[in-house]
Amino acid sequence: MAIKKLTRPKLTLSEKLIFPTILKGMAVTMTHAIKSVLGKTKAAESLKGSGTGATMQYPETKWDDQLPEYYRGVPALVTDEIGRERCVSCQLCEFICPPKAISILPGEIPSDDEWAKVEKRPQEFDIDMTRCIYCGMCEEVCPEQAIFLRQDYAVTGTSRENMVHNKERLYEIGGVREGLVNKWNEVK
Amino acid sequence: MSDTETAKLPKDLAADKGMVNVQIDGTWIQVPRGTRMIEACKIAGVEVPHYCYHPKLSSPGNCRMCLVQMGMPPRLAPGQDPEYNDDGYQEIGWMPRPVIACANTVAENMGISTKSEIVTKCREGVMEFMLINHPLDCPICDQAGECRLQEFSVEHGKSESRFKEDKVKKPKNVQIGPRIRLDDERCIMCSRCIRFMDEVADEPVLGFTERGTHTTVAVYPGRELDNNYGLNTVDLCPVGALTSNDFRFQMRTWFLKETKTIDVNCATGANITVWTRGNKIFRITPRENNDVNSNWMPDSHRLNFHHINDGARLTEPMVKVDGQHEATSWQLALEGAADALKQFDAKEIAVIASARQTNEELFLVRALAAELETEALSIVERIGESDGKLISADRNPNTTGAKLVWQNAKPASQLESIREGVRKGSIKAVIALGEDLTEEAGFSAEDLEKLELLISSNILANPTAQASDIVLPGAAFSEKRGSMVNITGRLQRLNNACVPPGDARDDWMLLRDFVLAISGEANSIPTLESLFNALAENIEEFQGQTLSKIGDLGVQITETGETIPLLEYEKARKERGEIVG
Repeated sequence: MAIKKLTRPKLTLSEKLIFPTILKGMAVTMTHAIKSVLGKTKAAESLKGSGTGATMQYPETKWDDQLPEYYRGVPALVTDEIGRERCVSCQLCEFICPPKAISILPGEIPSDDEWAKVEKRPQEFDIDMTRCIYCGMCEEVCPEQAIFLRQDYAVTGTSRENMVHNKERLYEIGGVREGLVNKWNEVK
Repeated sequence: MSDTETAKLPKDLAADKGMVNVQIDGTWIQVPRGTRMIEACKIAGVEVPHYCYHPKLSSPGNCRMCLVQMGMPPRLAPGQDPEYNDDGYQEIGWMPRPVIACANTVAENMGISTKSEIVTKCREGVMEFMLINHPLDCPICDQAGECRLQEFSVEHGKSESRFKEDKVKKPKNVQIGPRIRLDDERCIMCSRCIRFMDEVADEPVLGFTERGTHTTVAVYPGRELDNNYGLNTVDLCPVGALTSNDFRFQMRTWFLKETKTIDVNCATGANITVWTRGNKIFRITPRENNDVNSNWMPDSHRLNFHHINDGARLTEPMVKVDGQHEATSWQLALEGAADALKQFDAKEIAVIASARQTNEELFLVRALAAELETEALSIVERIGESDGKLISADRNPNTTGAKLVWQNAKPASQLESIREGVRKGSIKAVIALGEDLTEEAGFSAEDLEKLELLISSNILANPTAQASDIVLPGAAFSEKRGSMVNITGRLQRLNNACVPPGDARDDWMLLRDFVLAISGEANSIPTLESLFNALAENIEEFQGQTLSKIGDLGVQITETGETIPLLEYEKARKERGEIVG
């Protein structure tokens, strides 16, 4: 490797005297201080800052309504527009999940059920949010469009068990999705 | 001219050995005369996709997936001499239309092409027809992951369907027997299941009804597919049309680990694959071994594993204190057992072992009996009825092994006298290994109460364990390593698919430590391999064998004169040319 010799920068007289440079720095700080007191910082508008600088005062102020469509928050299960749970427990997400956060216990739909023709659905569907890395592989691999990364991102819990989203919780977060999968419809 | 006379042509060289020369994808190989084209390709290492063809069944040639291009030397004009190229082969004249590789045999100087354009197009076309009415069931289909339709549609199919019309509706989720579910929409009419039930199971209850695209596999009206070999149709089914009720929606196949081992439900010792995830067995399937079980196994044996997962397993050694079992450590339990045994005279002790134990375990049992200086040593006989196929009349998997290892032609002969001894009170201490004495051994609960000391090892909390003073938890067959000798005298190997639950131990370790606790010697058997080597040195039939030499398919170590009826039947069919075998 070639050796590159660096020379010390030549300082000007004011820099050598130190004090003028300190004053210069203080002037910059003061400008920002005054601006933020007046609520005129750059990020106040664009980033929904609190006005006191670019810092957002989380959790009093949040990004939520600014999140883009493609934001990848917590993974959740969805039902379709007629209330059918879309997941058929094919376990592809469990297979693909890099941190092994998903565990599924598949089960058969009883023959007297409205959706008996689908034959299969998860008995249990757990996503361990202490493991989840929000990579979105589960959403990508799902052949039934049943799992999506939603916009929620603040997952908190007081215990490890608390951080495991069960099937009920996943459907609660997921809500309803319309369209996309028609293969289990009445006509088909 | 003398050169050409001495140098024989390839066809003559092959003919001397009963072989023929075949060119497969440009490479000339020799295969036995009468080989099917599909098998010749297999020998050459070329895979020909197929659905209906199975070496153990007749070849109807109805799936059309194995189409290949064939070529023969042009027919000679009268008086014309054949022309040979530099390598001594005639030029191949390729036929413009494909032939099925599964039902045609090879001929001298034949050419087979599996990669030509015509073959590629044919496969693509056949796949498209197969998929026309196939439902998009893969996410819920148990076959997914081991489905030939999935595999070949990736390899040979088109990625998109051109079929815009409505698919034909057929019965789905039909219970055609106590253990089998049929989905007719998934069926591709390969007829393997029909042929199996007809030719192997000898109970032809399946057949096709309707015609054309409406062709449907169905059970004969009023009948059920309840044959004890029925679940083999599930293995045979290349798609998900036939699925097992027992395995239905339990686990996707790609999560399962396969372990090659052997069945322990009868003396045939069918070769099996145990499919596990974590420490749980999900299913058992037969594994091909043409000297033991061909490709099949009976349902009754296949499904006999649930007690290993969910039964009342013993998980820690226990000692009875004031009529209550208390968990203890291995060391305390074994030392306690050794001390308790020392209070008895050698004549007052009996050892009842099991022919469900491996050779290694039986070898240690013999050492145990020798250490205790007792003559009362027996296994428990289990005699049922042979079904004339694969189930042997002897329901113990290792009776032959017991005979060899104990050098005793009747290893069960002493059971009667032990039972008498216990009833008379002359035998006061019994060590029961791997047997529930209240079952086949014929002891009653009162008999067991009479005993002053009962030491037992088992996997389940059964009446014998209940009555025992010292309980030693052992391992199920799927958790064991070791070897067994089947009814024909074939040495086969057990491999462990899971680990024993809790503190339970592989039985050979348990026995080794038991023997050591009694003798007070230091451990000189660190591994199962060293135990097997000790066994091989001591027993003539085992000489020269090692655990690794046994391999997945086993080795014949003795001739018992017994045969397996189904194998004889298949041999006869092979000789008649009905199956490839």
